[in-house]
Amino acid sequence: MNTKKLETRREQAAKKWLEFQNNKRPLIYVGTGSCGLAAGAAEIIGAMETYLKNKKLEADIVRVGCIGPCYLEPLVDIRMPGKQRISYSNVTADNVPRLLEAFFEKGEVYKPRLVGHFGAEAIEGVPKFFDHPMLAPQVRIVLRNCGIIDPENLDHYLARDGYQAIEKSLVMPWKEVLETVKNSGLRGRGGAGFPTWRKWLFCRETESAERYLICNADEGDPGAFMNRSLIEGDPHALLEGMLIAAYTLGATKGFIYIRAEYPLAIERLKSAIAKIRDLDLLGEHILGSDFSFDIKIKEGAGAFVCGEETALMASIEGKRGMPRTRPPFPAVSGLWGKPTVINNVETLGTLPNILRNGAIWYAQYGTESSKGTKTFSLVGKVRRTGLIEVPLGTSLRRVIFDIGGGLVKEFKAVQTGGPSGGCLGKEFLDTPIDYENLAAAGSIMGSGGLIVIDKDTCIVDTAKYFLSFTQAESCGKCVPCRVGTRHLVDILQKICKGKGEITDIHKLEKLGSAIKGASLCGLGQSAPNPVLTSLKYFREEFLAHIMNKRCPAAVCRDLVVYRIIKEKCTGCQRCVQVCPTGAITGPRSEIHNLDETKCIKCRSCYEICRFDAIAGDAIIIES
Amino acid sequence: MKKEALAEIEREFKGERADLIPVLQRIQAIYDYLPKEAIRKTARWLKISENEIYGVATFYAQFRFGPRGKHHLKVCLGTACHVNGGEQMLEVLKRRLEINPGETTADGKYDLERVVCLGCCALAPVVTFDDKTYAQMSVLKLQGILDEHKKA
Repeated sequence: MNTKKLETRREQAAKKWLEFQNNKRPLIYVGTGSCGLAAGAAEIIGAMETYLKNKKLEADIVRVGCIGPCYLEPLVDIRMPGKQRISYSNVTADNVPRLLEAFFEKGEVYKPRLVGHFGAEAIEGVPKFFDHPMLAPQVRIVLRNCGIIDPENLDHYLARDGYQAIEKSLVMPWKEVLETVKNSGLRGRGGAGFPTWRKWLFCRETESAERYLICNADEGDPGAFMNRSLIEGDPHALLEGMLIAAYTLGATKGFIYIRAEYPLAIERLKSAIAKIRDLDLLGEHILGSDFSFDIKIKEGAGAFVCGEETALMASIEGKRGMPRTRPPFPAVSGLWGKPTVINNVETLGTLPNILRNGAIWYAQYGTESSKGTKTFSLVGKVRRTGLIEVPLGTSLRRVIFDIGGGLVKEFKAVQTGGPSGGCLGKEFLDTPIDYENLAAAGSIMGSGGLIVIDKDTCIVDTAKYFLSFTQAESCGKCVPCRVGTRHLVDILQKICKGKGEITDIHKLEKLGSAIKGASLCGLGQSAPNPVLTSLKYFREEFLAHIMNKRCPAAVCRDLVVYRIIKEKCTGCQRCVQVCPTGAITGPRSEIHNLDETKCIKCRSCYEICRFDAIAGDAIIIES
Repeated sequence: MKKEALAEIEREFKGERADLIPVLQRIQAIYDYLPKEAIRKTARWLKISENEIYGVATFYAQFRFGPRGKHHLKVCLGTACHVNGGEQMLEVLKRRLEINPGETTADGKYDLERVVCLGCCALAPVVTFDDKTYAQMSVLKLQGILDEHKKA
């Protein structure tokens, strides 16, 4: 081993990190993950640069990854020299002058939009950032660096114990690394929860001159963005994890199969790979050892089924991304017929923490069978949306109501596992989240999307949505999935249109279980889950659509009408102005009239009536 | 056909079967779609039949076979966007632009696409207009954006 180059760089990094912590110039942190940018982070940076230039002030702007509470985006933090980092939420370009003026010219803490401060020392009138109700119950292991470091700066990662775990692993026999991962209880974070060590052992025990490691970053589940956030916020954690896995497997080549829809994540990975190559952490004889390994990025081309292992490999080989039967499993015969391990981004990103801190440390979190922490993207009708990390075994109630702050309206269900999962209702709120419990309920853990649904969301429509998705993404190779999902969608569409018959319920159940049993790959085998769980737990809602031709959530368009409540209408004519079809008529100051035959249910009148100051909240959608 | 562009791609890759998808991605990055001529040349270069290349290219949602509009509108219909009203956003654009997803307006100005999850679920529903992402959209906000753009 020759770690001289790395050690020298590490010493420099420590110094630079210290300088960064004891900044002489003011520091401005802006969250610039994809979500922060969508919320307007680029405009804010522009406004800041203009302000600083006009006032001839000096400051450094640091672009950090997502720290988690997306609903507070854009997040802007300011750290004046010798002071602590203070965080502000929902900043707009208009707020920038006042915010900067307070810090730079008045030397005081700006109060509006204040979230909290980082660091140990208390500041009067400013809460601690990590005491925020969304953050306090979390345990941040894989996300430890997200939002804290500059993801483009290798020194930041190195200064926070980066690449220590691979250094440590390289002097251990591979069996010992495997043993550590085994004892940590780590299971695949992509959804199925297969023990990571076992997959590795299968691969390692297969005789071959070459073995491959693939990182599955084809985060295809709609409503899930954990992998994107991790790569954007801390790309080196993934790379270090890949090095550890590759060393244990004896893999010589690695691929990161990532969605083309994640351009920022791809860019950050590319730049991170180039940086570690310079430090001898990639390529021939890594850190002077016998271990050689290289990583190539493969951009996906937009096919959900490529998240399935065998389809993913076909795609890397340049073919149509169609799955094949297993066995042989990829660990025995995978990419180009060679033993291959496919691990999820989060699984790999967790490894450096396990190797650095030990198996016992990691296994202290979680339940008997599901150890450690899991990241979730908490979205939908919950108050505090964002990316979270909690120990496995945490109850859905704690996640949705304590971390997520509950809902504005009544809770109806939480959808887990994306298109392969299901909707779980109130009765599951106290269920600890782990692989077994979610499977027993008919759903799956999946990659970590948690979509909260309230009483305004229609369960039948949601089931139709997921089935339409899997139907469109079915690769077409096997009949049960190709034809079966099409029929499920047709029946659900019929029900949503108010044309359902009572026999349809039985048809859905029978067809669903046939598809589950007979499909070739995971996509088909799990595709009926959304409709089967919904039928199990929300049967009365299906019955309302079929028997009463009513949509209780007032969502299904063929079953709802728009109506003006006469007592509330102020005759402001705002709805008349926005109606695209002239369905609403009426002179000013008189009660308006809505002609149902002309109404296309576009929602314009409903929105303006609710949000316009002079309107009276008089338009309702009912079924 | 830009001859030098294809020659440059040929230099970038080894010309293996596994390069097919990255090569097609590079071609699309240059031409914005996959021209017939480029596919024919790729077939000869990689020694894969044109049929097979079309087989691969049509399998993936990313590839297009004709030119797009000048401006690109995308409506996200991921789960979070769906439950927060993404479908209504698509309806607005279909009505206003008089096209269906996957089509381009007659004047070649706009094209419309429905996408499944852009990964900004916490800000749903999301619509993108060229490179700009609009978060927490409503029917009225979206119409406002269209009006402003049409004026400009």
